[in-house]
Amino acid sequence: MKFVNENFIPARVHVKEDPEAFKKYGEKYNAHWTPTVLELDPNGEEFYRVEGFLPLEDFLAQLMLGRAHMDFKQGKWDEAEKRFREVYEKLPNADAAPEALYWAGVSRYKGKNDSVALKDTARAFQTRYKDSSWAKKASIWA
Amino acid sequence: MEIKFRHDVDNVLEEAKKQNKPILLDFSAAPM
Repeated sequence: MKFVNENFIPARVHVKEDPEAFKKYGEKYNAHWTPTVLELDPNGEEFYRVEGFLPLEDFLAQLMLGRAHMDFKQGKWDEAEKRFREVYEKLPNADAAPEALYWAGVSRYKGKNDSVALKDTARAFQTRYKDSSWAKKASIWA
Repeated sequence: MEIKFRHDVDNVLEEAKKQNKPILLDFSAAPM
């Protein structure tokens, strides 16, 4: 998983191999079930969470989505837009793809202060992911 | 490519601050 090694310092707490660590960090981060994968910012604060097993493509898409949300929360609009777009361009069939399309549009709008970005996103949902809840959320921009 | 998971979480938290790099923290029960 090149994406993980490039974007994160990966750490694992194993429930059976190290139950003390599992208890310690499970309580700290409110993670009491496996698999639970947290994305933490450099200060150790959680910014995204994936709970439960996912097939590889969906798992990777969730990790990419979470990383994009971190840039979004930090106001890095251009970087966030790029990362959100990568999700649905590289993994168009993943469950996270419609959400990524939605937030790519929001990131562009916030970065450029241009409402056309939202209209374009609503239009994009008319041809792809149109049955998703994210298409409904974007429909108000049409 | 294999993910190079570390198990020294306290050290990872310190290093993440120094490197200004996010952390992926995996709570797992998968066979090792």
